[in-house]
Amino acid sequence: MKRTTTWTGCAALGVLACLLLAGTTAVAQTATNGNEAAKAPAATSSAPAMNVTGPSAAQEAANPDNWAMPSLNDAATRYSPLNQINASNANHLQVAWTFSTGVLRGHEGQPLVIGNTMYLVTPFPNTVYALDLNNNERILWQYTPTQDPDVIPVMCCDTVNRGVAYGDGMIILHQADNTVVALDAKDGKVVWKIPLASYKVGATGTDAPLVVGNKVLVGVSGGEFGVQGFLAALDIKDGHIIWKAYSEGPDNQILVNSDTTSLGKPVGADSSLKTWKGDEWKIGGGDTWGWYSYDPKLHLVYYGSGNPSTWNPNQRPGDNKWSMTIFARNIDTGVAKWVYQMTPHDQWDYDGVNEMILANLRIDGREVPALVHFDRNGLAYVLNRENGELIAAHKYDPDVNWTTGVDMNKSSPDYGRPKVVEKYAPGSKGVNVNYTGICPAALGSKDEQPAAFDPQTQLFYVPTNHVCMDYEPYPVAYTAGQPYVGATLSMYPGSGGYMGRFIAFNPVTGKTVWSINDQFSDWGGALATAGNVVFYGTLKGYLQAVDAKTGKLLYSFKTPSGIIGNVMTYMHDGKQYVAVLSGVGGWAGIGLAAGLTDPHAGLGAVGGYAALKDYTTLGGQLTVFALPEK
Amino acid sequence: MTRRSRILLTALAFVAVGGIATFAAAPGNPKAVSQAGGLWTDKDGAPTYNISKDGTVDWGTFIGYLRYTDNCLRCHGPDGSGSSYAPDLAQALKQIDYSQFIADVAGGIKAVNTAQQLVMPAFADNKNVMCFIQEIYSYLRARSTGALGRGRPAKSVPDPKGFDEASYKCLGIPQ
Repeated sequence: MKRTTTWTGCAALGVLACLLLAGTTAVAQTATNGNEAAKAPAATSSAPAMNVTGPSAAQEAANPDNWAMPSLNDAATRYSPLNQINASNANHLQVAWTFSTGVLRGHEGQPLVIGNTMYLVTPFPNTVYALDLNNNERILWQYTPTQDPDVIPVMCCDTVNRGVAYGDGMIILHQADNTVVALDAKDGKVVWKIPLASYKVGATGTDAPLVVGNKVLVGVSGGEFGVQGFLAALDIKDGHIIWKAYSEGPDNQILVNSDTTSLGKPVGADSSLKTWKGDEWKIGGGDTWGWYSYDPKLHLVYYGSGNPSTWNPNQRPGDNKWSMTIFARNIDTGVAKWVYQMTPHDQWDYDGVNEMILANLRIDGREVPALVHFDRNGLAYVLNRENGELIAAHKYDPDVNWTTGVDMNKSSPDYGRPKVVEKYAPGSKGVNVNYTGICPAALGSKDEQPAAFDPQTQLFYVPTNHVCMDYEPYPVAYTAGQPYVGATLSMYPGSGGYMGRFIAFNPVTGKTVWSINDQFSDWGGALATAGNVVFYGTLKGYLQAVDAKTGKLLYSFKTPSGIIGNVMTYMHDGKQYVAVLSGVGGWAGIGLAAGLTDPHAGLGAVGGYAALKDYTTLGGQLTVFALPEK
Repeated sequence: MTRRSRILLTALAFVAVGGIATFAAAPGNPKAVSQAGGLWTDKDGAPTYNISKDGTVDWGTFIGYLRYTDNCLRCHGPDGSGSSYAPDLAQALKQIDYSQFIADVAGGIKAVNTAQQLVMPAFADNKNVMCFIQEIYSYLRARSTGALGRGRPAKSVPDPKGFDEASYKCLGIPQ
């Protein structure tokens, strides 16, 4: 690496003065300053909005040839009715075409296809490409925002972006620096843009927005910087904020009222404030960087909030509501209809942001409007999405040991709470204690990589991490815009010595129907199809097609780099295609590029497991597959 | 004067007197010569490690492991071994002496061009890093010479008296 040292903020002062500042002035800053700094800039558009119109997101998503929403549909099932590629012919798949993104960092997310155009976004610098599927994927337009490179180091865990959204003739991008921009889908011209929150305090953008009617739903990243999380609904016409609902804080910030319930009971006044010490909630995290789904009949949007800040639980006594929570909010007002906190007083960094899959499940002979969520904490939750009733919470990885399960007894005072195993709880004996053998690790039994739901098999296809950890918390100071973590973690493979399992799972019974073990975490999102074929990508870079019923491997192809992107499919000119972004990175790139250590190898041992870098290296590329011409 | 503030001032004096003159030099002989408050230094006054034959690490190096893993792992990977976007520090520290190290950490590094966008933030006002900068250096120095392997050090000497109190004070956290 060429070393070009820049004395950020120190140019005029010199190192000595900088260090003096570090030792003196900085000490005067207090945690309570954080919220002031974290407030979003005024919701103003930078320029008068152009008048761009087009079919709505819902209209385009109704066409099965398209992939018009980040999770395919607003129910986030990632189940495509396309069946040209099926379990009998998938072994004939071939690479149809490829596209280099020109960016080397981690490529999460998935492209969109609407009609004859594919849209995709790269990690920072967040270049958006529109490719003409009618003309050998010629680049119709590209858009690269101008962003301050200082946003790069405040992005926890790589500069990923999980995809653009479409709505009303526009492509919506949530940039790394937390600007949301709408581009004319025809030519890439900026229609409007607004700054949502300041990256200078560590608030960044990594999520794929969801467009519902005239609203763009967008969240915020920054749980490792003490950013007070929120979900915002922007008007798709001009970007102004219609409502903004925080994860923690006073009732008028978290948008709850007397009708808001948790497990059937009203949450009551000050439900969040009561669970924090003093003003800690202002730097309390609960960020909302995952996926959003929507039920058009109930007018409810669903999403989860992330870890409370800091990672040292001893510094924030209480349940820390509403971090680690599933929210169901009214799409028009933002007011929560119901909430459910999965991991009260988090002690493990088990963010609750993973996708909420809206599936109608047959349970005891009746069809239930369910919400299914595979949480980082290793439990698969089934709730009634209408009223938030808890139906089931089963472990979906056999190693999960921090809890013995959720208290399902409705008359118990602890109803709905996980039963925590003390020796695996880093808050139980205070700071400076190394809590060992905790499963899952902080990256969860599953992270953001989305699962898919096949209504035919009634099964969920889940890419998982089979990784455990040691966790040692200690005191940490808050400085706006600086990491606010406070724990040392060491991660290693789970039982059996491998780190990933791709599973077919029934969340109602808790049964794993089949499982494919993987040396490394399965960090690519799944795709289920009506052709009875399920697709996913591996960290070694393989695109895999498996039989939905049996898990039998039907096709495997090694793409140029490890896959942390989500497989998608579309139909063009009467032909079905399957596409995935390669480009290793993200959390997986941090822990796994160097290899995880073997805790049993002891001091001084070389001890690293076979490292991912022996299999793959950096490189952003889209690989598109199809069946050969007959 | 607390141990913490004394260490910080020692670091400042080191940078002011000898640091700039030895810009970008290799770190020299890591042999531990003297010790104060659990932290060892070499003949030039730079922080270093002191690992006994049975593998017991000194307190400073142990704290360095903890604070490295808290503040630096998300980019530089476990045990300083690098990630898909930040260098392997066990290698890099072979060529970076303490003054260069402290300058890079306090001021940050930018390598932004058409080929790459790599940015290390300036940690000068981050107490979680700067209160333990000497310890982090000792730890990475041990990693760079191979004196310390991967993972959490299995054994360390006990914490010196007053260490916790001094840490809280430097961090500005009421006990």
